[in-house]
Amino acid sequence: MKKQKRLLLLGDILGVIITCILFLVPFYFMLVQSLKSKAEANKLSISWPSELHFENYIEVFKHGNYQLVTAFKNSGLLTLFTVLGLLVTAAMSAYVIQRRRDKLMSGIQALIMLGLMIPAAILPTIHLLQSLHIYKTMFSMVMIEIALQTPFAIMLYRGYMASIPRELEEAARIDGCNRWQIFTKVIFPLLKPIQATLIILVGVQTFNDFTNPLYFLPGSENTTVQLTLYNYQGQLASSFNLLFADIIIITVPMLILFIIFNKKIVDGMVAGSVKG
Amino acid sequence: MKTKKEQSLYPIWFVLPSLLIFGIFFLWPIISSLYYSLTVWNFETAKFCGLDNYKLFFSEHSMSSSVVHTLIYAFGTSILKVVLAFFIAIFLTSKIRTKGFIRSAVFFPNLVSMMAVGLAFSYMMHPTKGLLNVVIQALGGTAVDFLGNPNTALASIIATDVWKGLSISVVIYIAGIQSIDKTYYEAASIDGATGWQKLKHITLPLVAPSQNSIIILSLIGGLRSFDLIWAMTGGGPGFSTDVLASVIYKQYAAGFYGLSTAGNVVMLILISVIAFPLQHFLNKREEAIQ
Repeated sequence: MKKQKRLLLLGDILGVIITCILFLVPFYFMLVQSLKSKAEANKLSISWPSELHFENYIEVFKHGNYQLVTAFKNSGLLTLFTVLGLLVTAAMSAYVIQRRRDKLMSGIQALIMLGLMIPAAILPTIHLLQSLHIYKTMFSMVMIEIALQTPFAIMLYRGYMASIPRELEEAARIDGCNRWQIFTKVIFPLLKPIQATLIILVGVQTFNDFTNPLYFLPGSENTTVQLTLYNYQGQLASSFNLLFADIIIITVPMLILFIIFNKKIVDGMVAGSVKG
Repeated sequence: MKTKKEQSLYPIWFVLPSLLIFGIFFLWPIISSLYYSLTVWNFETAKFCGLDNYKLFFSEHSMSSSVVHTLIYAFGTSILKVVLAFFIAIFLTSKIRTKGFIRSAVFFPNLVSMMAVGLAFSYMMHPTKGLLNVVIQALGGTAVDFLGNPNTALASIIATDVWKGLSISVVIYIAGIQSIDKTYYEAASIDGATGWQKLKHITLPLVAPSQNSIIILSLIGGLRSFDLIWAMTGGGPGFSTDVLASVIYKQYAAGFYGLSTAGNVVMLILISVIAFPLQHFLNKREEAIQ
């Protein structure tokens, strides 16, 4: 018994040390880099800054005519509209797909689930947006984010929907609700737990998306937070302190989210990846 | 049998918003990509050229090698994640007291964007000043140009990808391990099984469903991956870390839209011929165990 206890203690100590080295040092590196002077940051060492330069954060906000402010506005709007749109449309389809379970719905489901595997065709999408005259607009970017995340959202919703008893709908119908009211007043409010998960997962995914805005939302007035990092990499190649300040600024929202919703995020990711 | 009345509680048009958005912005471009990949295309005019784009794609080393890199990247990251995450999950489901802290620390990289992780690691891998080389040199080794040397560049990005994405596999494994009935282990203990035997004959077979999700998830993610590679090397040095997704971007930036789309179709086919049979096989394996 004593031997086992000692082994566990050893496991604890080793585990924490290895975790700190592998997973915390990189974040510590980002943080100290962002607080150094330009010359010191260029040494790329992990030593604590000889002087704390909090003004780096202000400077990176001012850079390129307040581009970062524009980027936060764009990423914020993109994330908000994508989350809202997806919450409603995916809930509606998952509801009918899960409840009807006929041939038509199985077919539709199989079609949509293809999206979990196959990659989007990028240039034909740009071409489509151009011919619809919506290329480089927030609207088209939101539509694409919704389209890409619809399969995942429906999968998550459908798994949860199965646990809601049909008797509730029957009772609401007898009480005189029409079909739309049954959905909006009875079913939709019951989906709250899975919606919380979806809001976090879709929010993080959209906010951190780099590839899709790179293709579908070019232009400096359309820039998103991840693209600022890409642009600054070239512009600020000799000012690592500002580059890392940008990294910290766009990572902090995620850190706050993680501290508040730690358990919800982890559970949601498990639920989302194990088929429902 | 459900009656007509019951069915009609659920209006079919509810699926229309999702179906329309998905159909217009995802499915239709994929279908039209099959045609555009056979053309010389600049968005205004598309001149049919047969399989020329594909021939060019596979005859140019700069592009054809991307298929190999994509496969190395996808299988490399998946295998590492599947194996490493299993042992970390075993460790974190044991009786140690600091598992909450370790789990959070391992998990957090998941919420940081690929761009941020890629940039930070590319500076930590700096050939002379980077943290990794400082450590290597302090230990008496010679500095490695992780991202500048064609022989190590792809492996360095794979390692970074595993660092960032490992945790999701870990938490899926943990969920799988925790759902295993404890009585199996008790019965095995009574029969005198060692810890290793329990791991091999109880845990490993019974986490198969979790393992299958991890394999599929990380493999598809790996076959599609772009942003981390783009942030760290941009496909270089030379073409040594170019994958399908970065070739698609490069050909787009160079104005070869038909060629870029052909690359897109190659990726579609590659994922289809790997992922669909693999999923079928894994499902069969799962059924066999149960």
